[in-house]
Amino acid sequence: MTANRTATHWAQLAFVRLGVLPFLLMIAMIVFTLMSDNFLTGRNMLNVVRQSTYLTLVSMGQMFALLTGGFDLSVGTILALTSVVGASAMAGAYAAMPDAVALSILIGILAGIAAGTAIGAVNGIGVSVFNVSPFMMSLGMASVGFGIALYLTGGVPVYGMPMQFGDTFGFGSLLGVPTPILVTVILIAILYFVVNWTRLGRYFYAVGGNIKAARLSGINTKLTLFLAYVLCGAMASISGILLTARLDTGEANIGASMPLESIAACVIAGVSLRGGVGRLESVVMGALFIGLVQNGMNLARIESYLQTVVIGALLILAVVADQFRLRYIANLRD
Amino acid sequence: MNSDVQDSGSPFVGDPPLLKLERITKRYPGVLALDQVDFDLRPGEVHVLFGENGAGKSTIISIIAGALRPDAGRIEFRGRQIALASVHHARSLGISAVFQEFSLVPQLTVEQNLFLGAEETSWGRLNKSALHENAAEILKRLGFPLRPTQRVEYLSRAEQQMVEIAKAFRSDLSVLILDEPTASLTHRETEQLFALIEQVKAQGVGIVYITHRMSEIRHIGDRITVLRDGRYVATVDSETAEDELVRLMTGRVIDQIFPHISYRPGEAMLEVENLTTEDGTVTGVSMNVRRGEIVGLAGLVGCGKSEVARACFGLIPVSGGRTLFNGEETTGLPPRQMLDRGFFYVPPDRRGEGLLMMRSVRENIALPALSLPDFSRGSVLRRHAESARTAALAERLNLQPLRVEREVDHFSGGNQQKVLLAKSLTRDVELFVFDEPTVGVDVGTRAAIYEFIRDLCESGAAILLISSDLPEILHLTNRVYVMCRGSLAAELSGEEISQESVLRHCFERKAA
Repeated sequence: MTANRTATHWAQLAFVRLGVLPFLLMIAMIVFTLMSDNFLTGRNMLNVVRQSTYLTLVSMGQMFALLTGGFDLSVGTILALTSVVGASAMAGAYAAMPDAVALSILIGILAGIAAGTAIGAVNGIGVSVFNVSPFMMSLGMASVGFGIALYLTGGVPVYGMPMQFGDTFGFGSLLGVPTPILVTVILIAILYFVVNWTRLGRYFYAVGGNIKAARLSGINTKLTLFLAYVLCGAMASISGILLTARLDTGEANIGASMPLESIAACVIAGVSLRGGVGRLESVVMGALFIGLVQNGMNLARIESYLQTVVIGALLILAVVADQFRLRYIANLRD
Repeated sequence: MNSDVQDSGSPFVGDPPLLKLERITKRYPGVLALDQVDFDLRPGEVHVLFGENGAGKSTIISIIAGALRPDAGRIEFRGRQIALASVHHARSLGISAVFQEFSLVPQLTVEQNLFLGAEETSWGRLNKSALHENAAEILKRLGFPLRPTQRVEYLSRAEQQMVEIAKAFRSDLSVLILDEPTASLTHRETEQLFALIEQVKAQGVGIVYITHRMSEIRHIGDRITVLRDGRYVATVDSETAEDELVRLMTGRVIDQIFPHISYRPGEAMLEVENLTTEDGTVTGVSMNVRRGEIVGLAGLVGCGKSEVARACFGLIPVSGGRTLFNGEETTGLPPRQMLDRGFFYVPPDRRGEGLLMMRSVRENIALPALSLPDFSRGSVLRRHAESARTAALAERLNLQPLRVEREVDHFSGGNQQKVLLAKSLTRDVELFVFDEPTVGVDVGTRAAIYEFIRDLCESGAAILLISSDLPEILHLTNRVYVMCRGSLAAELSGEEISQESVLRHCFERKAA
């Protein structure tokens, strides 16, 4: 009986401290293991992690926007624009100098990331300097970026990148670890450091927590807001490059589900939509959770249209659970 | 305990109590918020609830207003036992509360707010003319100078409170709960409110009144019930001496809330010359603050006293005149650069612009100083040094409980105020500006804050104290500037500082 009570106590504590995510993860693991024999295998788990890297990168970027009390609806467009610009630049460079493979890959990657980050910078300027609401700003830029991506390609996929690009960044691996996972892990480490151990990281929380208090404390709030959107754009465009390598083509129509899924990953992980609260490690778990659910549903042969329903429902469930959690904490406090 | 004091002022002395709470207990997980508390309210009296933050005052009024249900105990209303199901239910019995946090819709007009949820309709169509007439009638009866068609967001805080109070009068009122109603009111508005309370009392309405201000208790209170840590301590009459009330409330004797301060004015830290702001809240103000003194800035709410400091700190654009800090011209510099020069502004609204409520005490205290070498090397934080420094500051200010990793939101108001003050100690500051430093703070914390200010002054800092609390100005400052409608009305020093002299200058000479 006491063991039972301590178990509930720990569950309550976990709910208050970590939110709904650990419970969802556990339920998903059990359900999908029961539904499919192929789910809980080493190979499939590695698969889940690899498939989740693209969302993980975008979600981490999204977290910065959310921390400052905004959000970025243009992350999908950033992926598409990065893919198109990166692929075109790489194919062009490769065609002009067929011997310089590494150089053309580098040119392509830099061009893609620059294009995607530029979208983030415009978002940042709109939100911080002109006080446009993040909703309108990023929604507008989503349309602008998507339009540019389609205009550049005429809606046709971009071919002609060197083989080595896809082989290295899409399908390659180092010491048995697939490259996308490696890149993601390195970026997780860097961002973890930025968020927890640098002034900039702290300022994101401060600006989202109370922008007036941040200003009175001598923080350059405009610069902080601007950098949040730049970082968000940069992360989305790195994701876009990796996805382009995996697809081996530059596509204007990728990333459409990214805004929803990245916000969902953050919210499920306990990032507050009002800003100022959220942890990077939880966001990584949140993105992995969404990847896990999608993978499990694929294995369980759940139709893809239905999967969209499930993801949306999970997002709402997470928000509802978070409301309960806040009320629960409020009760504990009084 | 003399729990049955006869009060003198009420014509309803012999009447049975309007409201009677017996052995009310309210428990939250881990905390006993109210422990068998008794309370009764007679018609036509002002019954003051008195106690430190966290004593259970808010819980009691929430129960009376129907927002919370007690775990044990009984409530009688006009002699009959009742169980209040909701705020709506309480309202239908004539029990209305005006809380500190208003429940108004800013985008709606005064009249729409007044009848929100109780609109008169015919066949589903809003009866707008009746709404308008009823609203005008209520406002006229209460003597509130409001236009029914004005949008609430354009009203001052005091005017919004009038709307809140007027809401209580839209149906027959028998119990009115006022939670620190004067916290944001000017002197004149306070007088108006008191006149209104007298008028309402005469109609037999019972008033439950929460305040931290002694002078108000003396002015309008009939009986006082003192609570401490969720327990009933005593019910006494309003003639009870201040020292005795403080003793009942805190359980200890406080001779003096205000410390003795020795001033040693030195060279001028802040000089303001003919300052005018772009938004017109300040026009042509000149003043100075020197090291080793506490300068008061007094005036009614909205007179521009806060704005003077905010303009000097770079929060409000300046259109004319100049400010000098430590001999250097600093007109229009942003807060960041003023902080670096040793100017620290402690804002009045800790929730609104003082603290990150969802973040820890540690992060809040360290925030203004993160760029200093004590807290970071390059752009990398020194987290261990940060923890040590903030814990030491929290301890110095006697934060209760002393848990720096806890979110600020989970502390009482007084302790949140301590966190706000601790922020100013993280860096070298030569001029402290305290803007309403004791709003919504209990007497115990208040005394601690005054000692804090005294220590800063005696160690040679320059201090500007902006306050609407007159005793604070009278007891703590050696010089006072009084403002009126955006300009300076007077400068008083030493013996000249008295209640009469300050108040006289607060009001416009022509109008008075």
